[in-house]
Amino acid sequence: MSYQPIKFYQTGTFTVGNRLLAPEERSVQASSKRFNSINSGHRACQGCGEALGARYAIDAAMEATHGQLIAANATGCLEVFSTPYPETSWQIPWIHSLFGNTAAVATGIAAALKIKQKKNPQAQEIRVVAQGGDGGTTDIGFGCLSGMFERNDDVLYICYDNGGYMNTGVQRSSATPPAARTATTMAVGPEPGNAFGQGKFVPAIAMAHEIPYVATATVADLRDLEAKVRRAMEFRGARYIHILVPCPLGWGTQSSETIKMARLAKETGIFPVFEAEHGELKSALAIRRQLPVEEYLKPQKRYAHLFGKQPNVAVIAKLQALADRNIRKYKLLETV
Amino acid sequence: MLKQCEGSHAVAEAVALCRPEVICAYPISPQTHIVEGLGEMVKDGSLADCEFINVESEFAAMSVAIGSSATGARTYTATASQGLLFMAEAVFNASGLGLPIVMTVANRAIGAPINIWNDHSDSLSMRDCGWLQLFAETNQEALDLHIQAFKLAEEISLPVMVCMDGFILTHAYERVDVPTQAEVDAFLPPYEPRQVLDPAEPVSIGAMVGPEAFMEVRYLAHAKQMQALERIPQLAEEFKQVFGRESGGLIRPYRCEDAETIVIAMGSVLGTLKDTVDELRDAGHKIGVLGIVSFRPFPLVAVAAALKNCKRFVVLEKSLAVGIGGIVATNVRMAVTGMGLKGYTVIAGLGGRAITMKSLTAMLDKAGRDALEPVTFLDLDWKAVNKQIEREKAHRKTGPVAEALLRDAGIVGARNY
Amino acid sequence: MFQVRIHGRGGQGVVTATEMLSIAAFDEGRHAQAFPSFGSERTGAPVVAFCRIDDKEIRLREPIMAPDALIIQDPTLLHQVDCFAGLKPDGYILINTNKSFEELGLADLVAGHRAERLCTVSATDLALKHVGRPVPNVPLLGGFAAISGLIRLESVIKAIEEKFSGKVAAGNIAAATEAYNIVRKEMEEAAHAQAV
Repeated sequence: MSYQPIKFYQTGTFTVGNRLLAPEERSVQASSKRFNSINSGHRACQGCGEALGARYAIDAAMEATHGQLIAANATGCLEVFSTPYPETSWQIPWIHSLFGNTAAVATGIAAALKIKQKKNPQAQEIRVVAQGGDGGTTDIGFGCLSGMFERNDDVLYICYDNGGYMNTGVQRSSATPPAARTATTMAVGPEPGNAFGQGKFVPAIAMAHEIPYVATATVADLRDLEAKVRRAMEFRGARYIHILVPCPLGWGTQSSETIKMARLAKETGIFPVFEAEHGELKSALAIRRQLPVEEYLKPQKRYAHLFGKQPNVAVIAKLQALADRNIRKYKLLETV
Repeated sequence: MLKQCEGSHAVAEAVALCRPEVICAYPISPQTHIVEGLGEMVKDGSLADCEFINVESEFAAMSVAIGSSATGARTYTATASQGLLFMAEAVFNASGLGLPIVMTVANRAIGAPINIWNDHSDSLSMRDCGWLQLFAETNQEALDLHIQAFKLAEEISLPVMVCMDGFILTHAYERVDVPTQAEVDAFLPPYEPRQVLDPAEPVSIGAMVGPEAFMEVRYLAHAKQMQALERIPQLAEEFKQVFGRESGGLIRPYRCEDAETIVIAMGSVLGTLKDTVDELRDAGHKIGVLGIVSFRPFPLVAVAAALKNCKRFVVLEKSLAVGIGGIVATNVRMAVTGMGLKGYTVIAGLGGRAITMKSLTAMLDKAGRDALEPVTFLDLDWKAVNKQIEREKAHRKTGPVAEALLRDAGIVGARNY
Repeated sequence: MFQVRIHGRGGQGVVTATEMLSIAAFDEGRHAQAFPSFGSERTGAPVVAFCRIDDKEIRLREPIMAPDALIIQDPTLLHQVDCFAGLKPDGYILINTNKSFEELGLADLVAGHRAERLCTVSATDLALKHVGRPVPNVPLLGGFAAISGLIRLESVIKAIEEKFSGKVAAGNIAAATEAYNIVRKEMEEAAHAQAV
C-alpha cells in the first residue's frame, strides 16, 4: 500500500497549534507553570530578539534539568537589561563576571558542581548554561570558548547573535554580516558597510572541535529552539547553540517585525538552521520556499545603501552567492 | 614532618593539605613546579575530591576560579609576571565580587624587556586591586601563609595573593616542616560561602551598580581590608598555637628596639639583610630590619610604631614606579607622615640582579652617615646608562635600548656609534 | 657555614647535584640551602648551582661569592668561565677529569692550596661504567664526600636512594662509592707525598 506524505505547516500564531499537541510536546512557554527564568520587568527594547530567545532557551533548559540550572552571562545587552541596579529579572542562580570569560566561568562552575556531586552523590544534579552575545562569543570570548570546547567541559553555551556590539551603540563584530552598516563600518565611501572578509561562523568552528552537540536556531521557530535546548541537555560535555536574534535598533527594522526578519533570514538561506553531533551534520530545518536575499535585506535600514535609485547589484549578488552556498553546504532545501 | 625539598613542592603540599576542590592552572615560569606538583597529586589520587583543570590562558585561569568559587568550591591557582597582567581584568573582578580565591604569585619581573627572574613588579602592579597581599620570607613561611590564606580569605570574603620570590624561593631546596592533615584540618574548617550559586536559593551575582551605590560597594571592600588588619595578627597567633611556630602577621621587626637606622623590605631579601645587620651590629652600628609581611592591607599603624624611635629608615625594594620612584617607599612614607624621620629609597634587585651583603653593607654605611641620596639604584652601571643617554641625545635611530646596552657590554657585535 | 659552588653545563645534572648535596646534609641533621643560578635553560650552556650547609638556619640568599669548595663537572669550562672567582684560600677543588691540575694549566692558580684539597676523578667514565649514561654529578658527590669530609658517603647514598630507584640508583651508588674511594686514595697519596 503506497502513501502520500502530507506536510502540515504552522502559520501565524502557535496558539492553536499548541492545543493540537500532546502536553509533553507543547512549548514550555505555553505552560501556566512556566519557569519565567528571566522574568518580566527587564529593560530590553521593544521587539528585542535576544530577550525572546533567552526566555525560551533558558526556560527549556530549566525544564530539561528539572529546575537545577546555574547560568553564567557575558557582558552585553542581555546582562545589562536583565540586571538594572537595583533589580534583577533572573529567578535562577546567575552570575555575570566579564565580557570575554563566560565560557571559562561556566567551566569553573561545572568543575565545582562536579566535586560537590562527588561529595554528595544523593543530591540532585545541577547543570550549567553559559550565554553571551556575538561580540562576547566570537570575538573577545573566543579563546575561552575554544578552551572549553577542547576540554569538553559539561557546559551548554548559548550565543545570541544579533550581528554586532549592540549595547554599546551598534559597532561591528566578527559576526556582523558583510555589507551591513554599523557605527564602525559606516555606509560611506567606495565600499560602504562591513567588508567582505572571511566571516567567522562559530557553529562551524564548534563543529570542527567535534563537540557532542552543535545547533543553530532562530526566534522564528521557537518550538524548534526549545527542542534543541532539550536535546542539548541530553548530552554531556561541551555543547553550543547559536541563535539568530534580530535587533530592531541595530538592524533598523520595525520592532513588530523581529520574528518575521528571523524567518526571512532562514528562508533566504542567509542563516542556516541545522544540528550537528560530534562534527557531523545531523539535520537541517528546511527552507519551505526559498526567497531571494533582497526580501531579507530591503526591510533593514542597515542595508539601505544597497538599494535606492541605483541598487548595488554586485554586492547583492555576492550576498545571494553566500546564501546559495549555505543552502548547498547545510542541505537546506528539502529533496522531495 | 621535616623535609628537604624545593620551595614549589612545599607550597604544593601545603595547598593540597588545605583540601582545595578546584585547581586551575596555566604554566608560566617560575610557578610551574607548584601546579605540576598539584596536578600529579590529583591525577594519582593522593589529592582527592579535587578537579584539576588545564586552562588555555591565565585570563581563563582566574575566570574558572571565579566560576568555581562562586559555586562554593575552595579554589586555587598560581601565576607570575606576564600571566598576572594577562588576568588583570579577572583579578579585579574576583576581589570586586568578594570571592575567597587563593593565588600564589611567584614574583617575577614584568617585561618589556622580557625577564624571567625575580622582582616584585608583578604583585605590586596589582596592589590596588582589592586582593590581600602577603609576602613570604622563606619557603617555610610560603608554605604556612597558604594555609593561613585560605582561612583569612574565607572569613573576610576577599581573595588573597601569597607572594614568594620566583627562583630564589620557588626553586631553592631548603628544610621545611610540612604539617599533618589533622593539624591543617584543626586550623582550617570547610568553606562556608557567604554567597553561592544554588538553585535552591537563586541569587544574581555581578549585576551592574550605578552611581547610586558604587561608592558604598567599594568602601565595603576597603572596610574588609581594614578588618583584615585586625585579623591577620590574630590568625598568626592562632597558627602558632596549632603549628608551633611564628609565621605571617603584619610586620616582622628584627633588632629594631634601639635601632637608629631601620631598613625595611619584603620577601627573601630579609634573610640577607638580617645577616648584614648582624655584622653591622657587631661593628657597633645601631641598626635593625623591619620586614613587611602584609603589604595589603598596608599596616600603617604597625609600621609607624616600629619606626617610632629610629632616626632614619631605608626602604629597600625590588620594585620601581617609573616616573616617581619607589612603590613600597611611598606606602611607608604614608605611615610615617609627620614623624620627622629621614627616609631613603633604595631600588635593588630588579629583574633578578643579586643583592649582596657587600653592596648592602656599603649602602647602609652611607645611610648611617646620612650620605645616601634620596633615591638610590643599588649596583646600577652608571657608565652604561649615561652612555646610552648621551647616544640618544646625539642620534635619532639608536635602535632597541636593550641591544644597545648589550653591545656596550660587549655581548653583541659592536657597531660604529 | 660551608659554601659549595658547582660548575657544569646544562644536562650534566649540576642542579640535581646541589639538591642531593642538600638532602645529604639534611639527612645528617644539618641545615642546607641549594639553588641554581638561573639562566636560559638549554643543554650545553654553562650552569652554576650553589649549596650552603650550616648547623643553624641559613638566611643568606645571595649567590655564593666566596665558596669554600668548588666542584667542576666539565673541564671545558675552565678557561671559558671564571670558575674560581672568590674561592677561599686553600679551598677544596674537585674536577671531573682524567688530567692533572698541571695538565689543565691550573698549577699557578692552586699554588697555595694543600695537595689533599685538590683532587680529580674521571666521574663521567665512572658514570658510563656503572649507570650507562655520561652524567658525572653523582660520582662527583661521592668524591666530594671524600675530599671535604663535610658529609658522609652513607648520606650521599641515602640521597641517591631518595632521588633514584632500581638499577639507576644501584648504579649511581656504585659510581659514587668508587669515586669516593678513588679520591680518598688520591688524598692519602698527596698527604704521603708531602710528608716525604
